[in-house]
Amino acid sequence: MATKIFKNLVSKMVPLAIENIDTDQIIPARFLKATTREGFGENLFRDWRYDTHGQPKYDFVLNQDVYSGSILVAGKNFGCGSSREHAAWALLDYGFEVVISSFFADIFKGNALNNGLLPVQVSDGFLDRLFHEVSKNAGLKLEVDLQEQFVRIAGTSTMEYFEINPYKKACLLNGYDDIDYVLSQRDLIESYERKKYLSKNL
Amino acid sequence: MAKTLFDKIWDAHVVSGREGFPDTLYIDTHFIHEVTSPQAFDGLRKRGIPVFRPAQTVATTDHNVPTLNQHLPIKEELSRRQIDMLSTNCQEFGIELFGLGHPYQGIVHVMGPELGITLPGSTIVCGDSHTSTHGAFGAIAFGIGTSQVELVLATQCLLQQKPKRMKIEVNGQLGVGVSAKDIILYIISQLSAAGGTGYFVEYAGNAIQNLSMEGRMTICNMSIEMGARGGLIAPDETTFKYIKGRKFAPKGADWDKALAYWKTLYSDVDALFDKILRFNAADITPMITYGTNPGMGMGIDELIPLAATQEVGEQASHQKALNYMGLKEGTPLLNKPIDYVFIGSCTNSRIEDLREVARLVKGRHKADQVTVWIVPGSKMVQQQAITEGLDKIFEAAGFELREPGCSACLGMNEDKIPAGKYCVSTSNRNFEGRQGPDSRTFLVSPLTAVATAITGKITDVRSLLS
Repeated sequence: MATKIFKNLVSKMVPLAIENIDTDQIIPARFLKATTREGFGENLFRDWRYDTHGQPKYDFVLNQDVYSGSILVAGKNFGCGSSREHAAWALLDYGFEVVISSFFADIFKGNALNNGLLPVQVSDGFLDRLFHEVSKNAGLKLEVDLQEQFVRIAGTSTMEYFEINPYKKACLLNGYDDIDYVLSQRDLIESYERKKYLSKNL
Repeated sequence: MAKTLFDKIWDAHVVSGREGFPDTLYIDTHFIHEVTSPQAFDGLRKRGIPVFRPAQTVATTDHNVPTLNQHLPIKEELSRRQIDMLSTNCQEFGIELFGLGHPYQGIVHVMGPELGITLPGSTIVCGDSHTSTHGAFGAIAFGIGTSQVELVLATQCLLQQKPKRMKIEVNGQLGVGVSAKDIILYIISQLSAAGGTGYFVEYAGNAIQNLSMEGRMTICNMSIEMGARGGLIAPDETTFKYIKGRKFAPKGADWDKALAYWKTLYSDVDALFDKILRFNAADITPMITYGTNPGMGMGIDELIPLAATQEVGEQASHQKALNYMGLKEGTPLLNKPIDYVFIGSCTNSRIEDLREVARLVKGRHKADQVTVWIVPGSKMVQQQAITEGLDKIFEAAGFELREPGCSACLGMNEDKIPAGKYCVSTSNRNFEGRQGPDSRTFLVSPLTAVATAITGKITDVRSLLS
């Protein structure tokens, strides 16, 4: 089955200069009762976005009209904590296609990649530069190119290359799917099982 | 070539691997629960494919179950529907379910080990980050997302890059009132909430070897809280003794064969680690967290660190955390009045935890203004506690013994800490709103939780023990 394709993107940024943003903040546990992948965007960053009466908190960036776009720029160690893939679904459902940080938690990174949400890891210095520039000019656009693996402030020479696993890169560029790939190795899996059974290393 | 324990197990599970691609890793045991599996089953239906190895998949309900009146229909509609969906999915795809009302139901990371499903040398995954718990048996165990749950259901394999290896040694004698929970909170406070990212950790040293299986599970459970992919401990006589005779553990000739294999599971003397850290057990005191991630921890008799002593980039987060917690830098936590005590979660809800709690609280009573919930990790733990008469001790102390589930660790069911209230908790996460919107969490050991429940304010358990 094909998954969401990502090639490149030019968009404004939403800056969230907080470190260690855990997946409980991205989508609190009480919203995990849904049994589909859709609709989680409504409750993205729920308790930072709304007060207990459901009124928007205007000091939170998603409630500030000046910032928009499909690139979230966040402090280091983004997505730590719970393995809930709902966090990636919520970001995508809200409209984000890229998250930029100087460090991602492992499980979140994998979940994002498996859903066509691109996690872009940049240096601390480049991240600071983005926060600084966007605070001066909220209309600034960022260019993200997966094929060439770079991120650049549009129309400038301020850019940085980023790393991505070549397999995952191919999946995102072409919409390949992990399950199709592993199912194609069915013979290998069954022969592994036979060997294992014979050795009784349970 | 000398190998680490991690490499021995990993290499024995690689189905295929080629340059530039992640390894296809065979998964021996897949645990599933109601919250992170429905979308995976939906995916299988859309593809029109079955579960590849249903006999290697075990299901339970834990995250979203009520902890009172489990025999009655669940009141909350969304929760009921999610739990019903797990039953339907398990039935349709031929998976064994230890659901509500089943004598084996419980938190997945408590239930698996106590039934002897968790075995040394195996690969274990679950759509839950605390799957690292099972590493206490010398297994490679880690949490995965729902797309990966679907992948494992479909193929019994995962695609994984091999992580780096870290060894954390703790040697020496633990002080009075210091337990496994304090060891791991101490380690995380030293490494920070991101210090283990990219690594799989092996815990070693005599302070680790001297721990019971329950203590080892507490340590491995919180590996994810420093960002590590997982944590494991070489199996030894303590491990083998724990497993032997359990419901699903190998028996007879199978046991002998398995045991011979398990005895080969240790890091070779010359094995190379990417990083080695050493700590002295004598430096560890009862620990408590003061902030909003598990790395923000300190000795219980210390003062909350000053923002100025944090790294420049961390100072704003430090202040934000203290604002959320309603705390001031440079002040003590000792004697701070608290509202709730939660004893439970996959970190500390096993029978040994409950016995320890009972031992300390016997003949004492909780402070009037404090609500104390004890939520056992499984039906078997609950039953055992009742058999041993621990329930009577809890009742006499004013502690409420509930029914098993994840409960107030993540506040997904109705067990929530009210806004602004302080909860001393034996769970694993003190994130903002984790235990309920605007709730404030202090992570501690079961002993510290009991001491605090008795006095109604944050208490150094050593003052009750001496």
